[in-house]
Amino acid sequence: MSRDITYAQALLEATDQCMAASPSVYVMGLGVTDPKGTFGTTLGLEQKFGSARVLDMPTSENGMTGIAIGSALLGMRPLMAHQRVDFALLALDQIINNAAKWHYMFGGQLSIPLVVRLIIGRGWGQGPQHSQSLQALFAHVPGLKVVMPTTPYDAKGLLISAIEDDNPVIFLEHRWLHNIFGAVPLEMYRVPIGKARTVRDGSDLTIVATSHMTLEALRAADVLAREGISAEVIDVRTLKPFDTEHLLESVGKTRRLIVADAAWRTGGFAGEIIAQVVESIDQLAARPRRLTLPDVPTPSTPALADHYYPRAVHIVNAARNLWDLPERSEAELGIVHEVPLDVPDRAFLGPF
Amino acid sequence: MANDVSVLETVLRRDLFRRMLRIRAVEETIAERYAEQEMRCPIHLSIGQEAIAVGVCGALEPDDYIMSTHRGHAHYLAKGGDLRAMIAEIYGKATGCSSGKGGSMHLVDLEVNMMGCTPIVASSLPVAVGVAFASMMKRESRVTAVFFGEGATEEGVFAECLNFAALKRLPLVFVCENNLYSVYSPMDVRQPLARDRAALAQAHGIEARKGDGNDVEEVYRLTRDAVDRARQENGPTFIEFETYRWREHCGPNYDNDIGYRTEAEFRAWQERCPIERHKRRLVNESAILPEAVGEMLDAVRLEIEEAFKYAQTSPVPADDELETHLYAGVRPS
Repeated sequence: MSRDITYAQALLEATDQCMAASPSVYVMGLGVTDPKGTFGTTLGLEQKFGSARVLDMPTSENGMTGIAIGSALLGMRPLMAHQRVDFALLALDQIINNAAKWHYMFGGQLSIPLVVRLIIGRGWGQGPQHSQSLQALFAHVPGLKVVMPTTPYDAKGLLISAIEDDNPVIFLEHRWLHNIFGAVPLEMYRVPIGKARTVRDGSDLTIVATSHMTLEALRAADVLAREGISAEVIDVRTLKPFDTEHLLESVGKTRRLIVADAAWRTGGFAGEIIAQVVESIDQLAARPRRLTLPDVPTPSTPALADHYYPRAVHIVNAARNLWDLPERSEAELGIVHEVPLDVPDRAFLGPF
Repeated sequence: MANDVSVLETVLRRDLFRRMLRIRAVEETIAERYAEQEMRCPIHLSIGQEAIAVGVCGALEPDDYIMSTHRGHAHYLAKGGDLRAMIAEIYGKATGCSSGKGGSMHLVDLEVNMMGCTPIVASSLPVAVGVAFASMMKRESRVTAVFFGEGATEEGVFAECLNFAALKRLPLVFVCENNLYSVYSPMDVRQPLARDRAALAQAHGIEARKGDGNDVEEVYRLTRDAVDRARQENGPTFIEFETYRWREHCGPNYDNDIGYRTEAEFRAWQERCPIERHKRRLVNESAILPEAVGEMLDAVRLEIEEAFKYAQTSPVPADDELETHLYAGVRPS
């Protein structure tokens, strides 16, 4: 049975079902038992499974990550939730030096089935230390798996796969996706880690997007369709291990590539995707382009943040540029924003 | 079960001696052969510090857990880790305890619940706390002992670990080996003179003790008491043992000539050699015959010779092992 629920509800349902299925699964994070329940994603779990398995914790991100790793050595399956990516930077020693390498450096004898949920903030003045998008940093490290689901369906299916995976998985959620809704089966199901998804078929151009940028890419594809350009949209879903085959198949067909990744440009994952394409495909019809954040920290004021995030109009103009068409404004393209740019766009609520 | 450990059984005292002797002989052999450049990884020898490893592990049950650091040979061997697999690991062989992928700084032997070593200072501390936490969740009635140097007490995560261990009353023994130097940096550039690390633990509500790290019987007694407390669900204990590493921080040599510590300081600590002290005590009290010491050493040397032969004749990992063990397979659900 499938019904429309939000992304946050999908995450809660995945966690609930995994905890019910395995007594080894436990949840910890600052505020997971508080009245807000990590944006609703952990609400009610403590009542159902008890405080031994749903733990609020000391404000010790690094220590608690190490403790989660240690518990995993004895067969536990910890799920850690951080309300912002930025907070988990305190835990990079444990994530990168220990979790990522444990299986390899001890010759495959032990593994760390740890899921770290990291929420990417945006809007309402989140500013430099509440909105970092660090997928490239995590994807750079061998031994980690890195997923970024966009839809409620993928959020549930990928979280179940992540919890059941024997390896450390970095699970990146964009805060603006938590309230979108879509069809989600009630039963447990798995979305495989390591598989991209074509969310819209097209023939002239491939737009590869991560997380929330997938929604912008879909809007861009609608606009481009009105201009007679058929854009295929791929939601990356898993950055590591990356689904190169899926990417090459699409770009091999369209011969044009735009990557939309709301993260910093230099050393970012958008560059990695372009590199994979140009290493493998001769004779692209146009030079690949990438839409990223500029190489500056996130400003708090909306006056500047509005210029910080790429959105559909930028993807459309990048695409028009591939055909030497002049840039157009949002008004000219018929893109309307009913709310200010520092809050989630109502057009993006779903269903997805 | 209050155990009277004021008088140790002769069998135990001899065993503590034999274990220290064996570890010393292993590490001296590593040091002797290191120049051959067949052991191609950094080594951090515990020579001079053996009493802590042996006394602590002697007070643990076989099922209890330990974790350690880059200076982990002694802990691994004291817990009963496989000697051949350790030497093979240092030689980078496929038969090593970590298949050659970890080297001297990443020893592990799950057969004896030696859960691993890591060389980032204080990095294995929270992992060990997590082992104790999971062990408690699983109601195993096992104790975890974690070894770290005094340098680790300068890391922020040390406080995080004390806090959580106290909060959950974990079955844990924090074993701080204070050998006075962090690489070449002495205490007085790193900690205020008045710093009392045991008091830091006490401030977190953790029982704390200090002891002579070069007296294996004292190490054993203090640890035994802490282990009993932990097993009786009375929470964690922090113990600081003062000791001294005889050789350089990393490598097989002595380095008293390079200027960060004095020959006189080294000599004073050498006078307190944990093995010689314990031997004198056993011989004086007729708990062991001098001939028996010689026999012990012969047996240990034979075992070591065999382990080195095993390591040297073992195959190196196949080329395609480079990319194995990156991810663990997905368990059927």
